Amino acid sequence: MSDHFDAIVVGAGPSGNACAYVMAKAGLNVLQIDRGEYPGSKNVQGAILYADALERIIPDFRDDAPLERHVIEQRFWMLSEKSHTGAQYRSDEFNEERPNRYTILRAQFDKWFSRQVRAAGAVLITETTVKDLIKDDAGRVIGVITDREGGPIYANAVVLAEGVNGIVGQRAKLRPEIKANHVALAVKETLFLPEETVRERFNLAGEEDGVVIEVLGSVSSGMVGTGFLYTNKESISIGVGCLLSDFAETKIAPYALLDKFKQHPSVAPLLKGAEMKEYVAHLIPEGGYDAIPRLTGDGWLIVGDAGQFVNAVHREGSNLAMTSGRLAAETLIQLRAEGKPVTEATLKLYRDKLADSFVMKDLKKYRKVPRLLEGNRQFFTTYPAVVNKAMQMFLRVDGVDKASKEAAMMRGVAKARGGWWGVVTDIFKMARAWR
Amino acid sequence: MTDKTNKTGPQMEERLYQNRYLVDEGNPHVTIHSQPGGDSAALKSLTEICPAGCYRTGEDGRVEVVPDGCMECGSCRILTQATGEIEWSYPRGGFGILFKFG
Ligand SMILES: Cc1cc2nc3c(=O)[nH]c(=O)nc-3n(C[C@H](O)[C@H](O)[C@H](O)COP(=O)(O)OP(=O)(O)OC[C@H]3O[C@@H](n4cnc5c(N)ncnc54)[C@H](O)[C@@H]3O)c2cc1C
Ligand code: SF4
Repeated sequence: MSDHFDAIVVGAGPSGNACAYVMAKAGLNVLQIDRGEYPGSKNVQGAILYADALERIIPDFRDDAPLERHVIEQRFWMLSEKSHTGAQYRSDEFNEERPNRYTILRAQFDKWFSRQVRAAGAVLITETTVKDLIKDDAGRVIGVITDREGGPIYANAVVLAEGVNGIVGQRAKLRPEIKANHVALAVKETLFLPEETVRERFNLAGEEDGVVIEVLGSVSSGMVGTGFLYTNKESISIGVGCLLSDFAETKIAPYALLDKFKQHPSVAPLLKGAEMKEYVAHLIPEGGYDAIPRLTGDGWLIVGDAGQFVNAVHREGSNLAMTSGRLAAETLIQLRAEGKPVTEATLKLYRDKLADSFVMKDLKKYRKVPRLLEGNRQFFTTYPAVVNKAMQMFLRVDGVDKASKEAAMMRGVAKARGGWWGVVTDIFKMARAWR
Repeated sequence: MTDKTNKTGPQMEERLYQNRYLVDEGNPHVTIHSQPGGDSAALKSLTEICPAGCYRTGEDGRVEVVPDGCMECGSCRILTQATGEIEWSYPRGGFGILFKFG
């Protein structure tokens, strides 16, 4: 193995794989290092894969990527203790030749992606943890130190694709420590059922059709958080995630929250008889635009979750990871072609590419949402409860006239927020954060 | 609503039983540096909220950690970074949790 590379990529999740793949395809001499037994063995996702970001890197990925189902129906649930009020969108138009969203199992998907990276010519070493970065006297990053024998490895650029809990960048003081209110702690289980049972329970015609459910309300027990339930081919992924700071404050056990969600009367029948084959936990960056650290410096750049690139409102992360990885790769390819060094100044190219892409545009659009939700728990507690109560009042036929019912419903909504003023203020707050 | 019986013991064991681990015997990657003044609220909260139930209160009333079932989420590291009570590193390359599905 050569001991000097054009680039070293730390991490083989979607951001690192996208970055290493694009650079290797362009002929760069790339070394990628992952601490897992195989790429994916440390990684967790819901998981919905957004095709567009991957298609821009590997156009024919559908030919052999391990995809579970493509999403033809999305359900949104507002949960109260015994009910849910929902909206759903299902369309046969999602049964297209090149579907837009798929469910995947990350450990398997990452393994596949990594095979493409190696086929493109990158060198991968697994079971190896990067311990530290090497800097020269001027403070420029010039390589990495790992827990393997063999000494330091040098490169023109080090790409930190180490994920949300990446400690290399933090320990080298390239990025600050993460705050507990800038991450959600999520737990998830993979529950197995026969393929036909999944289809029947979710009203699916084809073996490849899938349903995903996003859940707000009592699922987070008053914390800022959400739940999800996704259909895979022969399994269901179910999970719940809330701000780490909220868990620390409430001392609610994450698995107890997940158990409660699984036992909810709207959920339990969907899971009946399923066999649990894995229980996982992972953090999700949720701080949004204001939590993004410095992204570049002399000899280094950050991609993916390590840069807090997650759009929590739309539950998108892997696509931001792949896109930032690709843009970093394109930057390093261009700098090499122009014979320029990798410095804070020349990496402006990467920062500009990011600013021009949906990654930064979307994070900027929702900049105010994380703070808004943290300061306004009623969106997770009061509203879902009130809406469910109102629905029940609306539907139950019990001899009370409709006008009285409507009046009571409206009073219930207003009362929950200390009068109509509270409700109107909430609507404005939400609308402003969404703009 | 917290189910206290679920934290450690048989139920947690059952939950983690399906997971694959390669434990680096004798090299725990999470250790506690007990502070003389007693355990911080953050450290104590981990006996409830570590998703793998790795923390418990010992007989002397101090918080203890056995990170064999750790899923390497990093929550305990982040919550105690201000107090410095926990020393946290990734397990040696190849060791630790091995997700099959993720
Ligand atoms: C429960 C959950 C549900 C989610 N649902 C969705 C979803 O439905 N759709 C979506 O798009 N996104 C979702 N996300 C977010 C998505 O998973 C992330 O945005 C994405 O994985 C980020 O990719 P990454 O490559 O930046 O980081 P990661 O996937 O975390 O990869 C980091 C890699 O770096 C390696 N590594 C770290 N440190 C070192 C080191 N020191 N030495 C060597 N290797 C190292 C790790 O082993 C790992 O392979 C979800 C996340 C969670 C936790
Ligand atoms: S990293 Fe996560 S799972 Fe491991 S001990 Fe800390 S809180 Fe528990």
